[in-house]
Amino acid sequence: MNFNRRIYNRRKRSNAIWLVLSALAALFGIVWLTLILYSLFYNGFSSLNADVFAKMTPAPGEAGGLWNAIVGSLIMSGLAVVAGTPVGILAGTYLAEYGRYARLSFFVRFINDILLSAPSIVIGLFVWQVMVVNMQSFSALAGAASLMIIVIPVVVRTTENMLLLVPNGLREAAAALGAPRSVLIKAVTWRAARAGMVTGVLLAVARISGETAPLLFTALNNQFWSTDLTKPIANLPVVIFQFAMSPYEGWHHLAWAGALLITITVLGLSIAARLLESSKRS
Amino acid sequence: MQHALLRSEDQSSDGHTMVDVALSGVTVPEHKVAAVKRGSAGDVRFRALTLAASVLVLAVFAGVMLSLAMGAAPAIKAFGFDFLTTQYWNPVTEKFGGLASIYGTLISSVIAMLLAVPVGIGIAIFLTEICPRPLRRPIGIAIELLAGIPSIVYGIWGLFSFAPYFQENIQPWFVDLVANVPVLQDVFAGPPYGIGIFTASFILMIMILPFISAVTRDVFDTVPATLKESAYAMGCTTWEVVWRVVLPFARTGVVGGAMLALGRALGETMAVTFVIGNAHHIASSLFAPGTTISATIANEFTEAVGDLYRASLIELGLILFFITFIVLASAQIMLRALEKRAGGVQG
Repeated sequence: MNFNRRIYNRRKRSNAIWLVLSALAALFGIVWLTLILYSLFYNGFSSLNADVFAKMTPAPGEAGGLWNAIVGSLIMSGLAVVAGTPVGILAGTYLAEYGRYARLSFFVRFINDILLSAPSIVIGLFVWQVMVVNMQSFSALAGAASLMIIVIPVVVRTTENMLLLVPNGLREAAAALGAPRSVLIKAVTWRAARAGMVTGVLLAVARISGETAPLLFTALNNQFWSTDLTKPIANLPVVIFQFAMSPYEGWHHLAWAGALLITITVLGLSIAARLLESSKRS
Repeated sequence: MQHALLRSEDQSSDGHTMVDVALSGVTVPEHKVAAVKRGSAGDVRFRALTLAASVLVLAVFAGVMLSLAMGAAPAIKAFGFDFLTTQYWNPVTEKFGGLASIYGTLISSVIAMLLAVPVGIGIAIFLTEICPRPLRRPIGIAIELLAGIPSIVYGIWGLFSFAPYFQENIQPWFVDLVANVPVLQDVFAGPPYGIGIFTASFILMIMILPFISAVTRDVFDTVPATLKESAYAMGCTTWEVVWRVVLPFARTGVVGGAMLALGRALGETMAVTFVIGNAHHIASSLFAPGTTISATIANEFTEAVGDLYRASLIELGLILFFITFIVLASAQIMLRALEKRAGGVQG
């Protein structure tokens, strides 16, 4: 009896200790993440004003904003999504429809998932060698190309996953009506999976809007207003990087404001993607 | 056969398509045959298009490998194996060795993982076993959202908020604390710069924490409820259920998820570059400035003059790509095996 009680007590104690440790781990993580968000919002909002959206990036010591960087980021992200989405959707369609069990698909899935988490700075090096060296200039196009390479795997993965969720009964019904496979895919499975595929595109935009490393030596940066796609272009992430690393107080404030803008964009896109997905489910 | 022109992927070995067989001996109006042909031709084109897009994914990967190898060739030729074993990095004399960067990449990721994996698993246990039910979803969603925050945000927080505080309040105190402890006095030594290998590891840890927690929680959720309930029915405590049932069941998934996180940490640029100090030197102290492969490339590539300098930086990129490829590929293989097993359980 005594012996049993000792064992029970020991088990109860170790249960309590480990569960408290788990709760502490959760507390630890939440504290740091809250601290980060707090200082981002505090510093970001105190640096955010109308000038940020009206003026160009300033010289050290002068007042200015981030407008050229915001527009540059929008241009490059837009190009990357417009070019990358069709490729991603088509490749994802092959994996889920035509080549679901093909040996090639096995390799494509494997490589795609590796590209999904491959170091983005390496993609910058690749685009630098292929585009910047040949065009002999850093350019918005090169920046957009490196972002496109990041968009493609995200869209491939979500498109395939979403198409796999489409019940085969739908496909069989369309095939029984005599629809060729391409018509079946475009009119039935794509339509059934549309919300999920849009989610994938939103997540891809969220993913590239903060990407800095691949832009450092493809789009470079530009202190002035430029929308010329063959020239270096200002963009938020690289501006944040350069301004934060500088010794100037004014630039630091703009870096915080830029980081806040990016975070709000990313959070907004992720929440939108989530809402879209859950509205589809219900 | 008048319909032999019809092409379809379902062609049988003797050259007749399914349409041929179906239509043999039947008279079909010409315009209907034309419509079928049109649809079929469109089908072939569309299939080729999707196939081309998938091959493009492979081509991008091959292109990255090839271009890095070609770009690195001058440095590989000039330094050979020494590049991996020396930490001498001098753009003036054009002598380059990548050891300091490689060491920094590995050590910062390993420290980040050592901190993040137990904490991440703790968070997952908290979310699946301890947390009051109404709070589970909101906290889980918050963690998933945090996993998507761009690394540059973690980087500037590290530079402006964490590093100064750490430098003034924690670092000197800690150095004094371990000043007379053997080993530790060397590992945590030196003037308090605030930035350095340890700071970079810490920021990395915070960055990968949401990712690890989210993946681990998802894996924990795949543990069949009957398994857990059986253990509870035997009189197990919550911790015993976690330790003896949940963790063994979820092991492959947790390890796979951790490897994915490791792949991210190894290749991470912005969270690290701000706070690592960019010193091409391997110090015994974790508080000393260092560098990682990605930080070196990010800091030096645009200003690198000279072919050999550029080639050396590209060779670093190649090494990074190689290391992350191995880590990510192993993660894939583990997670694929898990998927197969999960499919087996359900089917």
